[in-house]
Amino acid sequence: MNADFNSVRLTDVSRHFGRRRALAHVSLTARAGDILGLLGPNGAGKSTLIGTLATLVAPTSGEVRYGGQSARALGDGLRRRIGLLAHELHLYPELSARQNLDFFAQLYGIEPSGTVDAALDRAGLADRAHEEVLGFSRGMRQRLALERALLHAPRLVLFDEPFTGLDERAVSAVADRLRELAAAGAIVIVATHDLDLADGLVTRVALIRDGRVLADEPAAPGLRARYRSVMGHA
Amino acid sequence: MFVKTALLVLKKDFAIEVRSREILYTTLLFALSCVLVFSIAFVKEGEPLLDAAAGILWIAVEFAGTLALGKTFERERYAETLRALLLAPAPRAAIYAGKMLGIVLLLSVAEVLLVPLVALLFHAPLLAHPALLVALLAAGTIGFAIVGTLFAAMLVRVRSRDVMLPILLYPMTVPVMIAGVRGTSALLQSPADVASAGMWIGLLASLDVVFLTIALWTFEPLMTE
Repeated sequence: MNADFNSVRLTDVSRHFGRRRALAHVSLTARAGDILGLLGPNGAGKSTLIGTLATLVAPTSGEVRYGGQSARALGDGLRRRIGLLAHELHLYPELSARQNLDFFAQLYGIEPSGTVDAALDRAGLADRAHEEVLGFSRGMRQRLALERALLHAPRLVLFDEPFTGLDERAVSAVADRLRELAAAGAIVIVATHDLDLADGLVTRVALIRDGRVLADEPAAPGLRARYRSVMGHA
Repeated sequence: MFVKTALLVLKKDFAIEVRSREILYTTLLFALSCVLVFSIAFVKEGEPLLDAAAGILWIAVEFAGTLALGKTFERERYAETLRALLLAPAPRAAIYAGKMLGIVLLLSVAEVLLVPLVALLFHAPLLAHPALLVALLAAGTIGFAIVGTLFAAMLVRVRSRDVMLPILLYPMTVPVMIAGVRGTSALLQSPADVASAGMWIGLLASLDVVFLTIALWTFEPLMTE
């Protein structure tokens, strides 16, 4: 079964948590080479949408197809093609940077030698590889978490508020990495409420509020004005 | 892939525990304190209450296990690492199996200290039939860990998880506790009722098979939000 796909399509996806509606009839498509920005205020449903794409949240109705196939049809192997960087960094603070990367590499069936060294280099943590993550700054943790999420060269890269707590230099490094991934053919989806950071980075935008997609269009200059206009009229 | 992933998760938990020692020390201290408190209540003028040893041994294991379960999953909740584990391209039940084996290992260490302490304080011939006692403790501990790991994982995102875990766990593990206590009591009789102890071990093993089948079957749907 080929788990490599060139697009992800959500069709009429809804998700309810009890009486709360997190997503309502969301239809979206992201293609290889896209950097799709999911933009909206806190509580808009962006994280639920990211969780749904990551197979961690099951839709109440509707379907998600990865290159034309459902998650069920693709099986556990689908998750080998998905990388997720969330606001919570998915790192064990008691373990060293190397132990964290070694563990996740093995979990994805990757031989750690070489791959982990390269990831530590990219994170700028090669000289602190044996230190506990607990002692790292937020920026260092974020760089390590980014490399953890990309260790297995995923096809679908999901970022949920990836710029939180980063300084300007780190933001720029993360943004450059996202562009590299998209240029290499990955499908990149970034959920953020920070319009300034999204402007100039994303190639496509989906404006979300109250679980609904209010606009899905190519990114254009003047993102903030467009956002205000759409959200203001919703 | 299943066994490899389960062992990988177990190895990772062991590496964290080697660095922090947090869960091991708190679990051991709690289990030993539990036995000491019971010994104050149930040993009068050097004479223990008849049959108290078996019950106290299993209560200490269950209470210490509940503490260990809560702390193990608190660790996975802290940086949402449980989500990262569930995102791995491995059977999700293997993640469950790895966490469960960690709890069994931890409780086994606690039991190595608890058994001689209970034997000493309650004048109980617990080590008279070591093979049967090991079989009873192993089958009972595995049964408790199977149910406990499933509930602790389910409750990881629930705000009142510390209260909910014992409320859900204790009623479900009553058959394990009854079989464990009755089997241990049979071994403590004079002479030991070996046949009865064997029957309770068999019942515990059967419960383990039923609980494990249900847990492996339900883990993935229960953990998908």
